[in-house]
Amino acid sequence: MIGEDDGLAAGREAFKEEAAELLAELETSLLELEENPTDEDLIGRVFRAMHTVKGSGAMFGFDDIAEFTHEVETAFDMVRMGKLAVSKELTNLTLRARDQIRTMIEASEGKTTVDHNVSKEIIDSLQVLTRGSSVSAAGQEPETETRKPSDSGDITHAVTYRIRFKPFADLFITGTNPILLINELRQMGNCMVVAQTDAIPHLEEFNPESCATYWDIILTTTHSSNAIKDVFIFVDDMCDIHVEVIDEEGEYDEDEGYMKLGQILAARGDVKIDELKKLLGKQKKVGEILVDAGIVDSGHIKSALAEQQHVKEVREQRQKSTDSAASIRVPSDRLDKLVDLVGELVTVQARLSQTAAIDAQAVLTSIAEEVERLTWELRDSMMSIRMLPIGTTFSKFKRLVRDLSIDLGKEIQMTTDGAETELDKTVIEKLNDPLVHIIRNSIDHGIEKPDVREAAGKPRMGTVHLSAGHAGANVLIKIEDDGAGLDKDRILKKAIDNGLIAPDAELSEKEIFGMIFAPGFSTAQTITNVSGRGVGMDVVKKNIDALRGLVEVKSKKGTGTTITLRLPLTLAIIDGLLVKIADEVFVIPLAVVEECVELTKKDIERTHGRHVSNVRGNLIPYIRLREHFLIDAEEPEMEQIVITEVEDKKVGFVVDYVIGEHQTVIKTLGRVFKDISGVSGATILGDGTVALIVDIPNLVRSVERHEPVAADTVGV
Amino acid sequence: MSAVAEAEATQYLTFKLEDEMFALDISKVREVLEFSSVTKVPRTPEFMRGVINLRGSVVPVVDLRLKFGMTRTEKTVNTCVIIVEVSFENESMVLGALADSVQEVIELEPEKIEPAPNIGMQLRTDFIKGMGKRDEEFIIILDIDKIFTADELAFAQEASQSAS
Repeated sequence: MIGEDDGLAAGREAFKEEAAELLAELETSLLELEENPTDEDLIGRVFRAMHTVKGSGAMFGFDDIAEFTHEVETAFDMVRMGKLAVSKELTNLTLRARDQIRTMIEASEGKTTVDHNVSKEIIDSLQVLTRGSSVSAAGQEPETETRKPSDSGDITHAVTYRIRFKPFADLFITGTNPILLINELRQMGNCMVVAQTDAIPHLEEFNPESCATYWDIILTTTHSSNAIKDVFIFVDDMCDIHVEVIDEEGEYDEDEGYMKLGQILAARGDVKIDELKKLLGKQKKVGEILVDAGIVDSGHIKSALAEQQHVKEVREQRQKSTDSAASIRVPSDRLDKLVDLVGELVTVQARLSQTAAIDAQAVLTSIAEEVERLTWELRDSMMSIRMLPIGTTFSKFKRLVRDLSIDLGKEIQMTTDGAETELDKTVIEKLNDPLVHIIRNSIDHGIEKPDVREAAGKPRMGTVHLSAGHAGANVLIKIEDDGAGLDKDRILKKAIDNGLIAPDAELSEKEIFGMIFAPGFSTAQTITNVSGRGVGMDVVKKNIDALRGLVEVKSKKGTGTTITLRLPLTLAIIDGLLVKIADEVFVIPLAVVEECVELTKKDIERTHGRHVSNVRGNLIPYIRLREHFLIDAEEPEMEQIVITEVEDKKVGFVVDYVIGEHQTVIKTLGRVFKDISGVSGATILGDGTVALIVDIPNLVRSVERHEPVAADTVGV
Repeated sequence: MSAVAEAEATQYLTFKLEDEMFALDISKVREVLEFSSVTKVPRTPEFMRGVINLRGSVVPVVDLRLKFGMTRTEKTVNTCVIIVEVSFENESMVLGALADSVQEVIELEPEKIEPAPNIGMQLRTDFIKGMGKRDEEFIIILDIDKIFTADELAFAQEASQSAS
């Protein structure tokens, strides 16, 4: 059993998580609202986010947060009712308020402290805004009343009641006005009232002092049935009052609709089941049949229909809210565990298939094939669980762009494309820092000040375009700006000054642009608080490398820069090529492999022992993995070269023998081996042994570094 | 070395390297495996024999004999991998240690353990927790955490430097 404290602590944790999400949504909505200040949908979203933060904050004891949020919510309530217009000032304040709420949540973990003056300042400014326009706030609307019960935290969940209020004829003598009683009910929640007037006599017999009407009321409320009975407490002995629960949240079977009309009438005792059944043979609507037969009058039918509709609406509403919550929150370490297990299963399955192939028994083979199919399906759906749309990351940058452009006195808009593109969760998390650096760079160095832009014949407003899309087994993320572009000569000069390259080095455009990723490299003439310190772009390169991705820079002076990140879809499992050197088996990621060709002793003689080969007329350098990995064994008569392409460079890797494709579940080698160059991880083969995964880009780089020619010029 | 810690740890797993008897605190030992095959990780020191598959995770294996200046462990029917949990850079890590043969689990009273003499051991005394005596035979009790300190495992740079 979970103790109360544990429950509360877990609740607080859940609140923090939920709040983080809500605040993110709040930010997005606010930024969009800034662009479309009259969009009611957005206003609603902002209000709801605030409202939920307030509500759950109060529930888990974050009273300060609830209190603070309440003030902001008030302002948006007014916006919602059209009493306050959305202004830049309001969105600014609300964004600040959002940051303040986040600070308050962080403060509750002891990470930071809250500056209460800031809270007060925000609230005061908000009040100035709301007071300025709240002159017409006198007319309270009934809608806000109906929301009250849940606000005041009355109780648990909504219940729908069927109430029949049948006053005796002498009710009026006591001076009671039944309408007031019914109005009181109306204030308790969503209410539908049908007056039963069939007992009212003809006009000549009508006695205005006696009450001939009664009412059927369907009420959905969070109040208890006692509270409803309390409404009628003073007329208790002058009426018949029935209160029944007909629908309750939680007790309701989602698949079924509400009762049929006949069932409702029968349940109320207005009609007997057997009478109903007799009549059901006729093909008219139940209600009409019943009225025609004179069993019930139209008032009862109307009331029953009202009940049907009411309950239907309530349930639809509830359905909608459950639909929006049709996802569950799972701690990511449980998912990671699941991925590990699937990885193990894949390994075992490979063993099973291997054994089955050796034994060649028909029964075993068919089982092995079945297991293989299931394993792949399991793996694919496992991977899809970890996939998240990149959009959430994109929207974070909207704020960054907005704030930075204000700081730097530039006019910049951010547009996005392909926000729905899905990527592995870990990839998305690790993408955040590189993207921040790239966007900061675009804003700081790339896009010019409005006046400069105008002088250059460009629109004052600069654009940063962020897009994502699939390309085979990769995801491409592009960051484009229409700024000044990279200055080749300046980069070159800087690189020479910093001793990164020799003064007489001849570099391609691509290599020059690649320089911006070197550590300590910055061409900004002045150091701002945004960038220019030369840390940043090297982080981009490092992080993208760690994700086994590639960075590409394209730029044209005067028109802008495009940085493309090419990333693998997932980190956990890759397609690999199994190769053998002596007794050791290695895996080369298939994504970089172009082709495999043979290398004979004769070929080696022909090139005088230089490590280059001639592949259909193209000169391709190769690296002997055997030498690099210091494997002591006689090489075979004929070797094979696996030709790879990394960053537009083709490099061959000489191995003894290419075994074939292998679904590679990546395992880390652990911290002991973290500094090993040329190996990025390990995988477990079908026979249970371990094979190492070759880190091709890293290997190429480290070999390049150790070539005597390059050694002097690359000072890392 | 505090007396309390000594009093608690009284069970040891004994094993042989060449003909000498060594022991490890049993609380550090996770399991003992048969030694089948190991995958060498290139550009690592000789004593790092490579990695093995321990039910789906990749675990490094160390040759204790090489580590202690003896000859390389050759595979025999008795060769075992002792899977131990060591603390490395303040986090616990799983590691395999090669032994020529695993003997038994023994109980040693704290008073039967003496500190190792500083001279004459031919072995770095900081690896040794103490010397136990049983049936007139000496048992070298190893301090497994000390053997795999960060310094000892920071071989990667040396290795790549020596390679270039």
